[in-house]
Amino acid sequence: MAETASQLSDAKLTARQRYLDAFRWMLLARILEEKLARLYRAGMIVGGVYIGRGQEAFSAALGMQLNRQEGDVYAPLIRDQAGRLAFGEAILDATRTYLGSVKGPMRGRDGNIHRGRPKQGLIAMISHLGTAISVANGMLVAKRFRGETQSIGGVCIGDGGTSAGAFHEAVNQAAVEKLPLIIAVADNQFAYSTPRDRQFACKDLVDRAIGYGIEGYSIDGTDLNACLETFAKAAQRARSGHGPQMVVGHLLRLSGHGEHDDASYIAPELKNQQYGGDCLEISTAHILGQEWMDETEMEALKAELQEQVDEAVATAQKEPAPDPFQESWHALATKHLTEGTPGI
Amino acid sequence: MSITYLEAIRAAQAKALAEDERVFIYGQDVAAFGGAFKATKTLSKEFPGRVIDAPISEDAIAGLAIGAAIEGMRPIVEMQFADFSSIAFNQIVNQAATQYWRTGVSCPLIIRLPSGGTDGSGPFHSQSMESLYSHYPGLIVMTPATVEDAYGMLLEAVAIEDPVIFCEHKFLYYHLKAEGLPDSILPVGKARIARAGRHATVVTCSAMVHESLRAAQELVNDGYEIEVVDLRTAKPIDTDTVLASVARTGRLLCVGEAFPWGGLTAEVVSRVVSEGFHLLDAPPKRLNAKDTPIPYHPNLWRVHRPTSQSIAAALRDLLSL
Ligand SMILES: Cc1ncc(C[n+]2csc(CCOP(=O)(O)OP(=O)(O)O)c2C)c(N)n1
Repeated sequence: MAETASQLSDAKLTARQRYLDAFRWMLLARILEEKLARLYRAGMIVGGVYIGRGQEAFSAALGMQLNRQEGDVYAPLIRDQAGRLAFGEAILDATRTYLGSVKGPMRGRDGNIHRGRPKQGLIAMISHLGTAISVANGMLVAKRFRGETQSIGGVCIGDGGTSAGAFHEAVNQAAVEKLPLIIAVADNQFAYSTPRDRQFACKDLVDRAIGYGIEGYSIDGTDLNACLETFAKAAQRARSGHGPQMVVGHLLRLSGHGEHDDASYIAPELKNQQYGGDCLEISTAHILGQEWMDETEMEALKAELQEQVDEAVATAQKEPAPDPFQESWHALATKHLTEGTPGI
Repeated sequence: MSITYLEAIRAAQAKALAEDERVFIYGQDVAAFGGAFKATKTLSKEFPGRVIDAPISEDAIAGLAIGAAIEGMRPIVEMQFADFSSIAFNQIVNQAATQYWRTGVSCPLIIRLPSGGTDGSGPFHSQSMESLYSHYPGLIVMTPATVEDAYGMLLEAVAIEDPVIFCEHKFLYYHLKAEGLPDSILPVGKARIARAGRHATVVTCSAMVHESLRAAQELVNDGYEIEVVDLRTAKPIDTDTVLASVARTGRLLCVGEAFPWGGLTAEVVSRVVSEGFHLLDAPPKRLNAKDTPIPYHPNLWRVHRPTSQSIAAALRDLLSL
């Protein structure tokens, strides 16, 4: 029998609210990404679609700890739709970028998950894995120069990305500079088709934290509570001067690498093993079990979020695509030093 | 008071640090040690906290500078040698150079590359990388040949809203001296006529300007007046000044210290041929380093790169056509 609100302590109420807030971001991300995947299958999205199915809890829990208004910075990767939403990225930024609207933040110059608003703390990822971490470091160093010491950063990487030299250089750099940085490692057991035993030889990626001289946490990335608690603690530690925090979440990629990939190389049994569950199903069951919501409320929430997503898609679809004749074709901010295209 | 090319680079950084609180310097051994070449000597003492030693992590060094630039700082990165910027190449060409175009947020940073060959430096401490970086959209590539430009262009680079690759030549660090520092220089993007002439044009930059000037002097004895154009920036190329010079002389030799395949000299020849074919009295020539890694031994190195002798020989050849 669940407790009634009046019987709950404030702390529990806050924890419950945080759980429900996170769940909302997770569900919104899932609904948005399922919509994007459908659009992709219908041939309405050019280029790839990359989704974070199964990683929403881990992703949202970091995004929720970062405060855009307070100057925090965030470097999401390809499976961080939930974290992006929690951080404050508009749904429209996603649909506009995926659908090639000229009104999106990337204006058709870049697509899908390669989007951001650097001036609002949201780093626009390039494809090259591991490279955004040192960029986040630089943003934090700039803030330190300005005395804005309340800001922290959150960066995301997969198990595969941790093998990149850029990852190592940047985490070590953050450690040397004692930056308030949370490094979220989503160990989803695969990097494209490559299983983790072809990627690294340590037992748990969190072991690396010791080598870097930073604090580390290894958690069940499908357990929303664990994610929320751990990232809250990591954020609190980062904000209070304890340097970089590495959080390794164990989970399973519940999709193809991209929507072009059927992931037939992932053995179905893995879903029944530890960390193989779907965080959204697990947290839905938790919410219903705790009677924080009933089935009807759950359905109503889904419908509400679906409506938001459909509206953002419809808006982006109505908007103009980039016009090559309107495009400035200037790669430099310093216009008079732009060469143009010799010979044309 | 005479000042060297290297001292001018240090002086420009001191001035930038003093006048612009957004400026900081980041690189290996740049703080208390003052840099491998002492280009940041005593700056960490004069500007505490703003000259920062970095780990041996060129990728992350460039990445940190990019993040700081996005946040409104003006980082100056010192690569210990241009050659090691290969490790930062990805960050420079894919992160810094694409940032403004992709996001509309500019990325004003400077990567100082101690460039080019010196006696005994060998394959990995001698490279000239201006052509590589120029290939990528979104970068400005400076190749100062004079003390005045080393100083003035570095200060201009701090003011520019875009990523600047600053190729400073190690061979000029100590050899090249001027009587003082300039108050102003030619605008960035404008080439300089380093020597006026009428029989042939040499287009070049950086240390090769001086080799070319020596070659031009040598050809005075043969009765030739050679015009030497110092490009100053590899990107953008001041094609107008080059074409105007070729219009005067009818003959073109492009000299570069980098490897011969493609690159700046090929680009200049290509532009002159396509935009000024009618100005040419003879096929344009290129002279570059040899197509091997840069040799260690001085006997080999002096032949590997263009010198005043090989430039003079190429010019005689060109003038005989
Ligand atoms: C430096 C680099 N090499 C290769 C790729 C191509 N690539 C994109 S995603 C990916 C797999 C990444 O795996 P992981 O880091 O585990 O993240 P996940 O996709 O599992 O979330 C690869 C190989 C890349 N983006 N960057």
